[in-house]
Amino acid sequence: MTKEQRLKKRYRAEKRFKMYGLISVSLAVIFVLILVQNIFSKGSSAFSRTMIEVEVNYDSSLLELDSPINQNSLKDADFYDLAVESLLKIYPAKDSKEERQILRLFSPDYEFEIKDFLIKNPNKIDQVVPVKITASDDIDQLNKGNFPRDLPEDRRRVSNYQLNIYDNLVEKEKINKKFNNYLFTKGDSRDPELAGIGGSLMGSFFTIIICLILSFPIAIMASIYLEEFAPKNKITDFIEININNLAAVPSIVYGLLGLGILLSVMEFPRSTPLVAGITLSLMTLPRIIIPCRASLKAVPPSIREAALSVGASKFQTVFHHVVPLAMPGTLSGTIIGLAQALGETAPLILIGMVAFVVDIPSSPVDPSASLPVQVYLWSEQAERGFVEKTSATIMMLLGFLIVMNFIAVYLRQKFEKKWN
Amino acid sequence: MELNNSKIKIKAKNLNVFYGKKQALFDINLDINQKEVTALIGPSGCGKSTFIRCINRMNDVIDICKVEGSVEIDGAEINEKNVDVVTLREKVGMVFQKPNPFPKSIYDNIAYGPIIHGAAENKDQMDNIVETSLKKAALWDEVKDRLNEPGTSLSGGQQQRLCIARALSVNPEVILMDEPCSALDPIATAKIEELIDDLKKSYTIVIVTHSMAQAVRVSQKTGFFHLGKIIEVDSTEKIFKNPANKMTQDYITGRFG
Repeated sequence: MTKEQRLKKRYRAEKRFKMYGLISVSLAVIFVLILVQNIFSKGSSAFSRTMIEVEVNYDSSLLELDSPINQNSLKDADFYDLAVESLLKIYPAKDSKEERQILRLFSPDYEFEIKDFLIKNPNKIDQVVPVKITASDDIDQLNKGNFPRDLPEDRRRVSNYQLNIYDNLVEKEKINKKFNNYLFTKGDSRDPELAGIGGSLMGSFFTIIICLILSFPIAIMASIYLEEFAPKNKITDFIEININNLAAVPSIVYGLLGLGILLSVMEFPRSTPLVAGITLSLMTLPRIIIPCRASLKAVPPSIREAALSVGASKFQTVFHHVVPLAMPGTLSGTIIGLAQALGETAPLILIGMVAFVVDIPSSPVDPSASLPVQVYLWSEQAERGFVEKTSATIMMLLGFLIVMNFIAVYLRQKFEKKWN
Repeated sequence: MELNNSKIKIKAKNLNVFYGKKQALFDINLDINQKEVTALIGPSGCGKSTFIRCINRMNDVIDICKVEGSVEIDGAEINEKNVDVVTLREKVGMVFQKPNPFPKSIYDNIAYGPIIHGAAENKDQMDNIVETSLKKAALWDEVKDRLNEPGTSLSGGQQQRLCIARALSVNPEVILMDEPCSALDPIATAKIEELIDDLKKSYTIVIVTHSMAQAVRVSQKTGFFHLGKIIEVDSTEKIFKNPANKMTQDYITGRFG
């Protein structure tokens, strides 16, 4: 082969390699785009909710109040009769079957929404007021265009009679959409239109805080000791190998550990962020220790020598120079470890966080859900409303992960100092 | 030896150093005179650096390194367990092959040593220490207007003088220099050599160098190391003009190494 041929061959090889790289990168980008597009197209509608405007007659005689009307007496009052009477007026019904169908246009919480409106506006008593009431999941999906209307009636969840009412209401401009604050303020529910991620958000928040409090100091101390102070011998080698092994242990094993030790032996409260946080911090510890040690190792030995040579003790050298220089890597390692913990599902299922919890937890020892488990729970539900809720939750979870990773990158760039 | 009118500052007796199973230094006996520059020359890997790292016990930080024998400074043994290395290193400063300023401001680079030793009581005293150290290292005029800039923003030669100033800031008696000019250009080297010449009035200096011209220029006494053994020690003039040992002769004339 002549020199020129070899040269051409070399150029061709380089070109080929670049092309392979380009193809793999574009494949990755395409898949990410498909994923994001899929989630957004399914989930974006979850951020709005369909409301039906109803003229409510706040007839005090229907409330059967003994005491004078004030906020407290209203809170105890039974609004069911009042609510049903007003709702049934939106369309004529000829029998009780049709009346039931009318009521099913609304979310089961209509009674409380009507009550809450009066509690907020007590001066409306004995008046007829337009009140916006959350529509049922079926009407919500119909309004969002997710239900095909041209199917035969027996294959539809909305009857012809209900469709007529809906069309009538649309004509009268009684149906409108508003921002779905329930998605963020409510806990889980059997009714998709009333279900929110408020509970799982708080659960995830408490879990991550506990995980951070437990794993960050332990991981930092362990990595500083192992990297800077521990003698290099068989025992530390053994510990190092084990830390690396623990980082590779499937997360569900940590769930079993939490179930076996924390719940069975120590009898911690089941399905709580406390147990979840402890379990996840066990999982996160090795995953934080490894990047922490790597960033300590990356501090050049010349800095250590410089400090030692002016008479700094080992302790001073480590804490005045090495640790501050390693901080950016340490912090971003910690945040990425926590981000992994935030998205972890399997161990939480084992420690009972998969339970159906309606209440929003107010402390780490209250039963609670968490974001990834909420995704898992809702993805199993049949209702169309939960499909968009699932995607919306995934969007929130991805949002948090992206924010955490950005913080990690930002911290690394902000505090990174150049040396030699 | 000719230079017996000088007082001996550092005395190494039967010094053996091991890295794991490998022996790096064999029975080193070397006297280093006070307020004089002693140059250590020899081919790479001959143990010069290992030797000077014994003088401030920097070898302690290497786990596998074991030092046997004795090093005395002013007649006091430093290789004993109860000797505090922090106090020792306050007395014996060191400048390294590659300039290694802390990634902090020029001021903080100098102030760090005095801070940990509690040498200054207030800001004025600290300013004073920083100024005198930088002046001694002939760097003051170049950096006095930018003391808050990072030390790493200086040029290589300036960084090395900053490191010398840092070593001077804790008032040492001995300064060890491990090839301080090997990463510098000739002009910066000339400045450092000039500085060394100046510093020997007040400090005992031990310098490891690969440049025989440098040894001739800055030192009064030269030791030739080869394969972990000290081959010949004498006045610099004698070593370079009329060495007693054939191997020294071969090395300085460039036949090996």
